[in-house]
Amino acid sequence: MSITDFLFFAFAGLTIAAALGVVLSKNPVHAVLFLILTFFASSAIWLMLEAEFLAITLVLVYVGAVMVLFLFVVMMLDINIAKMREGFVNYLPIGALFAVAIVAAMIWVVGPVGPEVMNTDALNQAVTHGPDYSNTRALGEILYTEYVLAFEIAAVILLVAIIAAIALTLRRRPDTKYQTPGKQIKVKRDDRLKIIKMDAEVSDD
Amino acid sequence: MNEMIDNLLTTGLELWNWFPADWQTFLLILGKIILILAPLMICVAYITYAERKIIGYMQVRIGPNRVGPRGWLQPIADAMKLMFKEVIIPSQSDKFLFLLAPVLSIMPALAAWAVIPFDRGIVLTDVNAGLLYILALTSLGVYGVVIAGWASNSKYAILSSLRVGAQIVAYEIAMGFALVGVIMASGSLNMGDIVEGQAGGISSWYVWPLLPLFFVYFISGVAETNRAPFDVAEGESEIVAGFHVEYSGMAFAVFFLAEYANIILISSLTALLFLGGWLSPFEGFVEAGNWLAEPSLLWFFAKACFFAFCFLWFRATFPRYRYDQIMRLGWKVFIPVTIVWLFVEGLMVYAQIGPWSA
Repeated sequence: MSITDFLFFAFAGLTIAAALGVVLSKNPVHAVLFLILTFFASSAIWLMLEAEFLAITLVLVYVGAVMVLFLFVVMMLDINIAKMREGFVNYLPIGALFAVAIVAAMIWVVGPVGPEVMNTDALNQAVTHGPDYSNTRALGEILYTEYVLAFEIAAVILLVAIIAAIALTLRRRPDTKYQTPGKQIKVKRDDRLKIIKMDAEVSDD
Repeated sequence: MNEMIDNLLTTGLELWNWFPADWQTFLLILGKIILILAPLMICVAYITYAERKIIGYMQVRIGPNRVGPRGWLQPIADAMKLMFKEVIIPSQSDKFLFLLAPVLSIMPALAAWAVIPFDRGIVLTDVNAGLLYILALTSLGVYGVVIAGWASNSKYAILSSLRVGAQIVAYEIAMGFALVGVIMASGSLNMGDIVEGQAGGISSWYVWPLLPLFFVYFISGVAETNRAPFDVAEGESEIVAGFHVEYSGMAFAVFFLAEYANIILISSLTALLFLGGWLSPFEGFVEAGNWLAEPSLLWFFAKACFFAFCFLWFRATFPRYRYDQIMRLGWKVFIPVTIVWLFVEGLMVYAQIGPWSA
């Protein structure tokens, strides 16, 4: 077993174990952290597939930003763990059904599972590139030529989503009092202070 | 005597050749990592000393001067003290996460050094997507703080981790956009190529065409490291010490190691991305061959040290930002500034104005 094989199996095992941890851990914060570990391990697998741009972007976007917000929200929840564990047995058959369906769908798409998969022609014909090959450049070239329309549409959809999210959460509250930092900075002495000239007062005693 | 040294060398070589080739590469990489991290740790120790001295002089006091000559052994004494202190784990805390949090905060601060070039070709791994790797790793630093706050099971700590979560997500966007400007200018994600793209003396550094992005990047860097004036995560006047209020001993020290390692990292990155890293500012002004015109490690250190000094300078100068104003600065000032400047830069690249030809 070469070192790449070893690394692949290590990270693949870690991905599966962490994914199980997401489902099985009692505490939702632990589940979120397991999800982060899953992302991380799958990013390592992508890295070994020479997709370094996608792998690092997975960490940057999902681990670095999306999951921080996930953790943020889950941390704030006040969760009664005992209540959440209720009905585990009742829901088990439905859950098992979905798990079987997903595994079946994956086998249907990927093909038969077994040691012979490792030796198919497609795998042997996979082109490996040298260290000079830039995955980022290759992705950029294809993204801005062949798939430029789809890329732009995706960008517009995201923009609409941003605007919608802001519109949904924006509350105008004219009754609240708040400072405007710009105005605070612009304040001059004469706006706040008046100096009066007056004679010194002399007390009589 | 010479014979003895020769014998020693040959046995050493034999021992080295005895290892399989894979192990030799592994040991070489390990040696390089130690060669980077050991000086880094010494720098971290002495930047704490520098901080206390510099802020001391700025406030017209002397600073530490008791341990060793002129207080030079102060960081060693501090480290010894922290090592022998008991690590107290709060009884109601999540013990595993409580101890994992300091590790999570120092891991990205050290791992990012893998792609930092110190001089032409002196880099641990010369990867194509180096800048992206750094951006991804620095975005992980927030987990240490957030998890520390949550696992401590203390209200001050959780308030701090909420503040940090929002602050870092806000500033990371501005920081990422500022780096997009550098990528557009250099046409590469490789750290070495970015520095080489700035060759030709002080006037060809990216800091001039990308001046707004430079300021946004460095100020966001200060905010990302939770340093004054953006240190609401600690905010000792409001929330005691924030996320590390429950930590003691070495667990506490690791958070500080991470913070100072991040300061050095951000300083080095600013020097590399905007100020030409190891390139000389006098290149093209003095005749070639003069040491002033030669690129060298010293220039890189000088530039990084200047920015590290700025971190300490800011701390001595500015009062802490109010939390809502931090958010306003991040979302309403920095992000629009970077987006506008990226647009301007795009126009400049399109019209072929400026130093970039690509």
